[in-house]
Amino acid sequence: MGIFNYFRSKKTSAQVAKNRLQIIVAHERAENSGYDFLPQLRREILCVVQKYVSVELDHIRIDVSKEGNCEVLEFNVTLPERR
Amino acid sequence: MAHIIVVTSGKGGVGKTTTSASLATGLALRGFSVAVLDFDVGLRNLDLIMGCERRVVYDFVNVIQGDATLNQALIRDKRVDKLYILAASQTKDKDALTPEGVERVLAELSDRVDYIICDSPAGIEHGAMMAMYFADEAIVVTNPEVSSVRDSDRVLGLLQSKTRKAREGGSVREHLLLTRYDPIRVERGEMLSVEDVQEILAIPLLGVIPESKSVLQASNSGEPVILDAGSDAGQAYADAVARLLGEEREHRFLKPVKKGLFSRLFGG
Repeated sequence: MGIFNYFRSKKTSAQVAKNRLQIIVAHERAENSGYDFLPQLRREILCVVQKYVSVELDHIRIDVSKEGNCEVLEFNVTLPERR
Repeated sequence: MAHIIVVTSGKGGVGKTTTSASLATGLALRGFSVAVLDFDVGLRNLDLIMGCERRVVYDFVNVIQGDATLNQALIRDKRVDKLYILAASQTKDKDALTPEGVERVLAELSDRVDYIICDSPAGIEHGAMMAMYFADEAIVVTNPEVSSVRDSDRVLGLLQSKTRKAREGGSVREHLLLTRYDPIRVERGEMLSVEDVQEILAIPLLGVIPESKSVLQASNSGEPVILDAGSDAGQAYADAVARLLGEEREHRFLKPVKKGLFSRLFGG
C-alpha cells in the first residue's frame, strides 16, 4: 500500500474486503465449529440460568475460538437490568 | 509409506489442478517417486493439464471396482522419471469413490511411491471429502478474493474435523498457497494482500504464485507450468516445492516489477 493511502480517508476496496471477510469468517467459524451439540447445550444452559434469573435464549451466546493449539469454548450471558 | 498431500480449496477455478500438476512434477524432478490422483469424477481435467489425455485407458474408478489393476491404470509421465498419473472416471457416478476403495488404492500406492498428490474437486461434496480424508498434509489453494478466502476457511474447518487424522486426534498439516496474485493491484489497494489473507486464514504460507500468462500457455500445451522454468509462475512453484521439502526460500514476486524509464516511455 502506498504512502498516499495514509492521507486518504476513503478505504481502499481491499480494506473493505478484508473487514467483511474478518466478520463473516469469525461468524461462520463459530457456527461450523464441528460440535453438533452446541445448540442443545445452549438450551440446557438457558434452563439452568432461568432458575435464578429471567433470561431469553437470545441472551446466551456461545463461541468456539482457537488460540494456538487450544480451543476455547466461550459463553456469554447477558443479564437483564436489575430493578 | 508415502506421504499423502491433498490439494484443495472449496471454490472452483482457483488453480487446484494447475497446482497438483506442478507440485507433483516438481517433486518428481527432485528425484522422488510421485503419483498424482484426480478425484474429480465426471469432470476430469488433470489428464489435460498433464498432457496425457490421449493415454487414459483405465481410471481411478476402474481400479476401485476391480476392472483394472493399479499398474494398468497408472499413466507414466513421458517427461519426468517416476511420475505417475491416475485419471478420474469421466462416466461413472461420483459415489463410485467409496471410502474403502480409496483407502485400498492409497494403501497400494503407498508401498510404491514417496508422495501421493490428491487433486480435489471443487465444493465440499463426496469427491472433495474423499480427496482430503486420508491426507497427511493439505495445500489450500486460495485466490486473493473474498469468495475464495471464505471457502478456504470453510475447507480448513473440514480438514480439522472430518479427516482421518482429525478423527484419530491428530491434525492435517496445512499450507496456504496463494495463486493469481497481482502485486500491482495489491499496491493500488484493489486486491487483498498476502498479509491480509494470512491474517484471516492463519495458516503457514507455502507460496505465492503470481498471475501469469505462462499458466494458460502451459495448460494450452499440456505441460505443467513448473516445467517452464523461465516463467515467474514456474519459478514460484519450484520455490513452493522446495519449501514443502523443508528448505528455506524467500518469497518472490510479491512486489511490482519497477519499470525503467525506457520501457515506461516506449511501453514494454
